[in-house]
Amino acid sequence: MRNFEEKENLIETKNLVKTYPMGEGVLHALDDINITFKSGEFAGFVGPSGSGKTTLLNIIGSLDVPTRGSAVVMGEKVETLSHVRAAHLRNQHVGFIFQTFNLFPVYTVFENVEFPLLLLGISVSERREMVTDALHWVGLADRANSNPSQLSGGQSQRVAIARAMVKRPALLLADEPTANLDAENSHNILRTMERLNRELGTTFIFATHDQKVIRYLRRIITLVDGKVASDEARNG
Amino acid sequence: MVILRLAWRNLLGAGTRTWLNVIVLSFAFVAIIGAQGLLEGMNRQATRAVIDAQYGGGQYWHEAYDPFNPLSLADAHAPLPEGLRSMIEAGNATPLLIVQGSIYPAGRMRPVLLKGIHPGQTILNIPSKFLNEAAAGALPIIIGNRMARGTGLKVGDYVTVQWRDNDGTFDAKDAIVVQVMKTTVPTIDNGQVWLSIDQLQDMTELTQEATLVVLARTARKTPVVAGWIFRDTEYLLRDIKVLVQSKTVGSAIVYVILLFLAMIAIFDTQVLSIFRRKKEIGMLMALGLTRYKVMWLFTIEGALHSVLAAVFGAIYGIPLLGYVARAGWTLPGNADNYGFAIGEKLFPMYGAGLIILTTAIVLVITTIVSFLPARRIAQLKPHDALRGRLA
Repeated sequence: MRNFEEKENLIETKNLVKTYPMGEGVLHALDDINITFKSGEFAGFVGPSGSGKTTLLNIIGSLDVPTRGSAVVMGEKVETLSHVRAAHLRNQHVGFIFQTFNLFPVYTVFENVEFPLLLLGISVSERREMVTDALHWVGLADRANSNPSQLSGGQSQRVAIARAMVKRPALLLADEPTANLDAENSHNILRTMERLNRELGTTFIFATHDQKVIRYLRRIITLVDGKVASDEARNG
Repeated sequence: MVILRLAWRNLLGAGTRTWLNVIVLSFAFVAIIGAQGLLEGMNRQATRAVIDAQYGGGQYWHEAYDPFNPLSLADAHAPLPEGLRSMIEAGNATPLLIVQGSIYPAGRMRPVLLKGIHPGQTILNIPSKFLNEAAAGALPIIIGNRMARGTGLKVGDYVTVQWRDNDGTFDAKDAIVVQVMKTTVPTIDNGQVWLSIDQLQDMTELTQEATLVVLARTARKTPVVAGWIFRDTEYLLRDIKVLVQSKTVGSAIVYVILLFLAMIAIFDTQVLSIFRRKKEIGMLMALGLTRYKVMWLFTIEGALHSVLAAVFGAIYGIPLLGYVARAGWTLPGNADNYGFAIGEKLFPMYGAGLIILTTAIVLVITTIVSFLPARRIAQLKPHDALRGRLA
């Protein structure tokens, strides 16, 4: 699924600005962001609420577009992508995990995880194998036929991880993935993600202000008022 | 295909909400097909009855004959030309002579049409053989059940019949009711007295003359006959068609109301569904569905209500409508006022065309109604949807 050069930066933003109209003025959600990510990173945007973490994550995930500047994700310029191309990029290369899990309530766990593969047109037998693998990664193979309503918060988030990872995307974006979880579940999930990052080489980028998550990150980009206040690498 | 599959799963997954809509829509389905079937049955029954009892396989009219103008009857008769006589002799046609007259049941005058018919004819479903009955000087006549009810006459009753002969001279004679025919066709019944054509020709001095000639249903050849105009069944049945059409328009109002109610339910469901499922819509987009695909997903979800309704409607509709088709629909006592030749029971007809057309119309309307609220998704930005906003 990866069709860009591995040597290139996976993500590169240049002078990225995002503003929102607010009354008669504008709110600068992101102001002159210049960052790059290489494949295989396990990084996160940290900072207080309103610092622009989620906005930046959304732009990287082509869910939103910058007001000015540029964001190149896997060789694609987000600001010039049509919504069809943006959907294609997300479908092929990007996985998402959200604070509220966003599982589809009418599907079983298996079907939730299978969903991205359906959109990719993968054959039934291949789908079954890939979904089973993904559920094994997150330790939920025995809950394949359960409904989301029968799962705990931790289990639901693990299903969301499996759904995001099942197509083995180059990039996984996680927006406050542990916000609704207790400490034990948070650590379980983070360990799972760390393992997947190591084993599959998937790049993980988080938006978080949760210290439990921050402890796992190998690169921490601190945002304050929409600007990069610091960008530090740590030994993993 | 994936969208259809997802839509189907979502629809079934919605549970009670889906089934309530399906039940309402299926009522509309069954009611529309049932009512249309009744109208179609009414049309067929009426058509068959008037063809059997009145129109046959078409009619030759004297050129002066106008069924809507009784005054035309004085001139609307002529000796039968050779072309028509040979058809009558071959048993492929029967002549009718129509003369204005009056009867005096209980001493009150009632204007009637005296209709002369061959007692031995078999072309029209009229019990004319009873006109052969000997009546000791009285004129044997047949009247219909409505006429009998209206005049109080019954079999064996005597009544005075008055008419004018060819010279305009009034004449009168006692007649005896030899048969009250039970007919569903009001146009051979109300205000009509049937008697032997030979006797009527003698009474009016219109020997060998007729007003019209009714062809057998099997008649294929309709040659041009000078002084006579051929009216085919298409022409003769036009009034019934107009009546059926007017009743169809009337019942269409009921269908529109039924469908409107069902569509409001679906529209409401769609609006609520889009409102409640904003985050799901955002997640679908995050997973790689384009806005248009999500819009179609919701549209198809809504439209599939009609598919489920068709299936659900078939489960109870087929036995129910099938029973009515077999047992018939008993009409109220005043059914004669409908202006149709219909019996005491109406037997609906459900053609494949009716069912396919109704299903197609409901499917198209449901799709449109489902599409209208879903259009909003096309303007939705993924990040807004994920935050639960309908920006």
